Amino acid sequence: MSKNKVLLTDPLDDSNPITVQVLGICSALAITVQLKAAIVMSLSVIAVMAASNVTISILRDLIPNRIRIIVQLVVVASMVVLVDEVLRAYAYDVSKELSIFIGLIITNCIVMGRLEAFALGNGVWRSFLDGVGNAFGYAWILILVAFFRELLGSGKLLGVQAIPDFVYEMGYVDNGLMLLSPMALITVGLIIWVQRSRNRKLIEQG
Amino acid sequence: MDYANLFIKSIFIENMVFAYFLGMCSYLAVSKTVKTSIGMGFAVIFVLTITVPLNFLIDQYLLQAGALKWIGPEYAELDLNFLSFIMFIAVIASMVQLVEMIVEKFSPSLYGALGIFLPLIAVNCAILGGSLFMQIKDFSGITESAIYGFGSGIGWLLAILAIAAIREKIAYSNVPAPLKGLGITFIITGLMAIGFMSFMGIKL
Repeated sequence: MSKNKVLLTDPLDDSNPITVQVLGICSALAITVQLKAAIVMSLSVIAVMAASNVTISILRDLIPNRIRIIVQLVVVASMVVLVDEVLRAYAYDVSKELSIFIGLIITNCIVMGRLEAFALGNGVWRSFLDGVGNAFGYAWILILVAFFRELLGSGKLLGVQAIPDFVYEMGYVDNGLMLLSPMALITVGLIIWVQRSRNRKLIEQG
Repeated sequence: MDYANLFIKSIFIENMVFAYFLGMCSYLAVSKTVKTSIGMGFAVIFVLTITVPLNFLIDQYLLQAGALKWIGPEYAELDLNFLSFIMFIAVIASMVQLVEMIVEKFSPSLYGALGIFLPLIAVNCAILGGSLFMQIKDFSGITESAIYGFGSGIGWLLAILAIAAIREKIAYSNVPAPLKGLGITFIITGLMAIGFMSFMGIKL
């Protein structure tokens, strides 16, 4: 039991997909300008990862090694199409806003990376936990980056003004640079710095 | 559009890594030494140069609205655009598997060095991104799309080569311990991206 619990909690910190395993960076940089987009993206990734990890885990003895990448991609692509259709049916305006980013989940290497590294060699329940755990590890970094970028870049959170007017009247100005993509990289870099100073065993040697 | 113009544009102004942040995962993971990054860069150039024109043909003759006219007039109404993700990714994945087999056969040391990241080239967003941009850009012919794929690949090689060289040098610098490796690489890439933004306004 405790071994299974580790699968859920490990990716939140010790083996976080973004800051330690270096997977799924592209979307983390591209969609973190606004908090809302980041949250919807996180939920979609959680759904896709759980479903595709379970599917590949069920099929793992049937897939010939040579063509496993194609099989994995088809499974992931089908899951992404499903998520896209669900979003279109129940949250049309959000899906309108996110359309290309949802498609990019297919090429989000965190999904493929976990399929290759875990689901191909483990049972269904463990793969499910691994998928959910890693997706949550991805999600909280994404939401953290989006939080700072939206707050400092446009003074808003979830589209609502978060910095009160009197601060602006005192001469505070939104930092437009935070909205540009290079700052996403630097924000992630700073998060890694904070995380590794707290958790010193993650520091790279040499 | 002029071919040379398109070529320069796809290398510098629309650099995959610095302008669109595509292919970051392998960019960060394989850039520890110049040697492996060159191998990875050439693999990306190869796959991009082949898959972009191939997907261009598929888009032109299978997926676009009315693309199936060549089979018969009764198919002219069909629009298979919703299949483009799956079709593109299938073409890319088969090409990657081919490259993997070739590298394994002819250069086992490179194969060992690239490790898990060779399969991951299939999900290198730069590759799918290349095909999707090709779809948006409305190229007029297969030559244009091949040049675009080749140029984007070179741009990606340039980016990973630059960061690998910097990382080899920075190994001797006194970086704060928690920033070592990944952290400082992110920040340097951010600074390089700000530098590359200066290309953005250029119209050739």
